[in-house]
Amino acid sequence: MKKLLSFVLFFLAGSTLYAGGYRVSIQGQKQLAMGHTGVAVISSAESVFFNPASISFLDGKMNFSLGVSGIIGETRYENKTYGIAENTNNPLGTPFNVFATYKANNWLSFGLGIYTPYGSSVEWEKDWAGSHLVNNIELKAIFVQPTIALKISDQLSIGGGAIYANGSVNFNKNLSRSLVDIDGNRTNVTIKEKGISAWGYTIGIMIKPIEKLNIGFNYRSKVDMVVEGGETDFENVPSSLPNDLSDGTFNATLPMPAEITAGISYEFCEKFLFAFDYNFAKWSEYEALTVEFSNDIGTSTNPRNYKDSETFRFGLQYKACDKITLRTGVYFDESPVQDGYFAPETPRNDSVGYTGGLSYKVNDKLSIDASFLYLHFEEIDNSYDHYQENGQNVPFEGTYKSSVIAPGIGISYKL
Amino acid sequence: MKNIKYIAIIALGLVACEPELDNSVEDASFYSAGTADFSTFVSVGNSLTAGYADDALYLDGQKHSYPNILADRFSHVDGGAFTQPLVSDNIGGLMLGGSPIADTRLVLSGDPLVLTNLVPPTDNLAQPSTTDPTNVLVGPFNNVSAPGAKSFHLLSDVYGEASGILDGTANPYFVRMASSPSATMLGDAVAQNPTFFSLWIGNNDILSFATSGGVGVDQLGNLNPTTYGGNDITDPTLFHGTYDALLNGLTANGAKGVVMNLPSVTSIPYFTTVPYAPLDPTNPDFGPQIPTLNGIFSQLNGVYAYLGVPERSIVFSETSASAVVIIDENLVDLSAQITAVFLGSPAFVPFVESLGLPAAAAPLVANLLGTTYGQSRQANANDLLVLPSSSIIGTINQDVADGLEAQGLPAAMATQFASEGITLPLEDKWVLTANELTMITNAQTAYNNSISMLAAAKENVILVDVKAAMEQLSIGGLSSNGVTITGEYATGGGFSLDGVHPTARGYAFISNIILKRINEEFNATIPETNTGNYPTVYID
Repeated sequence: MKKLLSFVLFFLAGSTLYAGGYRVSIQGQKQLAMGHTGVAVISSAESVFFNPASISFLDGKMNFSLGVSGIIGETRYENKTYGIAENTNNPLGTPFNVFATYKANNWLSFGLGIYTPYGSSVEWEKDWAGSHLVNNIELKAIFVQPTIALKISDQLSIGGGAIYANGSVNFNKNLSRSLVDIDGNRTNVTIKEKGISAWGYTIGIMIKPIEKLNIGFNYRSKVDMVVEGGETDFENVPSSLPNDLSDGTFNATLPMPAEITAGISYEFCEKFLFAFDYNFAKWSEYEALTVEFSNDIGTSTNPRNYKDSETFRFGLQYKACDKITLRTGVYFDESPVQDGYFAPETPRNDSVGYTGGLSYKVNDKLSIDASFLYLHFEEIDNSYDHYQENGQNVPFEGTYKSSVIAPGIGISYKL
Repeated sequence: MKNIKYIAIIALGLVACEPELDNSVEDASFYSAGTADFSTFVSVGNSLTAGYADDALYLDGQKHSYPNILADRFSHVDGGAFTQPLVSDNIGGLMLGGSPIADTRLVLSGDPLVLTNLVPPTDNLAQPSTTDPTNVLVGPFNNVSAPGAKSFHLLSDVYGEASGILDGTANPYFVRMASSPSATMLGDAVAQNPTFFSLWIGNNDILSFATSGGVGVDQLGNLNPTTYGGNDITDPTLFHGTYDALLNGLTANGAKGVVMNLPSVTSIPYFTTVPYAPLDPTNPDFGPQIPTLNGIFSQLNGVYAYLGVPERSIVFSETSASAVVIIDENLVDLSAQITAVFLGSPAFVPFVESLGLPAAAAPLVANLLGTTYGQSRQANANDLLVLPSSSIIGTINQDVADGLEAQGLPAAMATQFASEGITLPLEDKWVLTANELTMITNAQTAYNNSISMLAAAKENVILVDVKAAMEQLSIGGLSSNGVTITGEYATGGGFSLDGVHPTARGYAFISNIILKRINEEFNATIPETNTGNYPTVYID
């Protein structure tokens, strides 16, 4: 009978849950078009995000930028051993951003940013081969960032802001690879919560050592999205199961890691601006996702073992004429996901982002900004080895290839 | 106008975005069928081919039948469509003219589910079946299989005749799929002109004898199957001839194929779950009675010794589990002698009086002891108790108790002498004795020799040693991709709740074993199936 108990428990063991770790670097149409550089670029209200110190140096009393992109992403999964081929059917992601700055006087500026730096929408076919890891997940976070910047001299400014984050999560997975009710419907769980709030901060320094050269630093703190008493919904649970799998609540923490950015920008040949950013994201904070369920599943610990990751960004801007500014960029984005932890919730390996865009100046105040991102992923053979059944790790392996494009549009307004 | 532009950009993006692998499993040449051709795959057999599980045929079981799993794998190498005679529901069972003629499926059940039993409790689903075998489906069906079919049934031209369902000459599962009432299963298979076939037949030729506890007859030497009872063992010569005809038919057009041999009954939990010595002295319903029982049986054991059969002695241990008492048909019936010895013993009347009965009851008690224990003994390690015996061992057989009371025993004593397996020897049907097992094993060995020999004689027919794989289940189990199945009842994952048929996962393992052989012998590279994704037993 001990056997039967463990056999029933085995259904419940290793309920791997995932959330977190999907940074969406689309915080401003102008800067995205330049490879999402910007920590040392003084151009528009988008600086509220990229480096709050630099708003001190913006022209104009007030600056506004707003924009939105459409992320069209798809991932292919194949497994040769079993002849499996699956595609995600992700809904359109729409990261947006709204930035405003106000120069109170020569040395004091204020800013406000509303943007969506984290999010994930991955949707596999329900009950697909990896449904014990994820059927679908949707993470959203909106950051609101009031900002203040002080111009210390014409060569130096500092800035910072508080970050109020408001997020939601909705995640569905099957409980195991094979548990079904008597009608053959897969037993699954959804965890969801809205209105998760959290706080963080950002600080920046802008240095202009010589004419045409800017150096910028930005630190963005970790923001922990702490869920307490989120909703769980268990479906297709066999009613005689001796374990309590009733709907209830869950607690979990989804970290959005600290990020350090340093970079330079340099103007040359009158019409050109070159920018380089180095990002360091402290993803190693994300060791495991631990979800506490109020029912018999109890605490589910799921190793993630992310590593810190770096991104190298290069951008170029060319003022083609008075009306039109062209931008392009490229970045090399290292994935925080390590071998053996490659789960289909974040099928993200290293990628190269190719960006482009332009601004069309309608008049002295208004310009329209367009951007385009193509994120290129190499095909990768990898696996998630830390899903357990019956105390045994059961790898989920295969070949992945992702593809993402994100066209975006925005406007900038200067007073 | 502008909008259209954006829609066009997005649409372009969607197309450009489609990620493709350099070498996709969906490329036509990725997997190879080798020298085989799966464009028309026909599978012939019994319950094991139909996808029967949990003592019923139901939709999820059919979905996970081994040939359906194979056909899904064959689809990677240009395999054709595979149609099955699907039943009407996921409940299982059969309804003939409004009356159930086959039970609905078993599920683990209980509120709460009791985990402390030797055999976890199961229930048949309460809903009535909606499958009526007289609603004949329009075929042809690639899966030509009928639960319960024996080898010779595949050649029978009355097996699909609805009027024969109730008297057992026809099979309701074949009736509902037969191309005509006089069709044969082989004929319906061959008519599809298969390019590839699978054949797994002969299990029921021994299994129905085994599951019935050996109440049938070993028909060795009788070559006329129309004289066989349902629980009889088929004569091996008849089996050989039948199998030869089946293989000749299936290969007549040059089809390649795979045949499976027959597993041993000792590798299925129906016979290995209930121990021969299940009587636990710590059980409060049994333990306290042991001194009294041993007192009574010591009188009987004295008679056994006197009659020269001391091995039939019945003794219950007060410290360890004891064997049940069973009827063994192969023992000489000593009823009359036992009665006579008791009546001739001067100690008998005092013994009867010590039980609280009058001296006049002595003939009655002597007769009772003689008839009850004339052919009995305690079970030993060579006896296999069938799975359903777990639900009756230690219970009171009320019919017997009533009969004893009618003969004049006080009610309490009548009950005491009607305890199944303790004071009332288990009937033949609950136990497969060593002799019965020998008959089964002899027939099985002969059948398997025929299958090997006949398959070997066909150039393009390969044999899959399912027997060896099933034996593996009882010695460590079979493992793949994080799952291990064993032969343990309900918890092992390999066998469904009837203790005879595999679970969906069990069928998936069998499918992979077959695929491995096909890949080896026909130079194919068909991908296996992921056993971990298949369910095992169902919990209500």
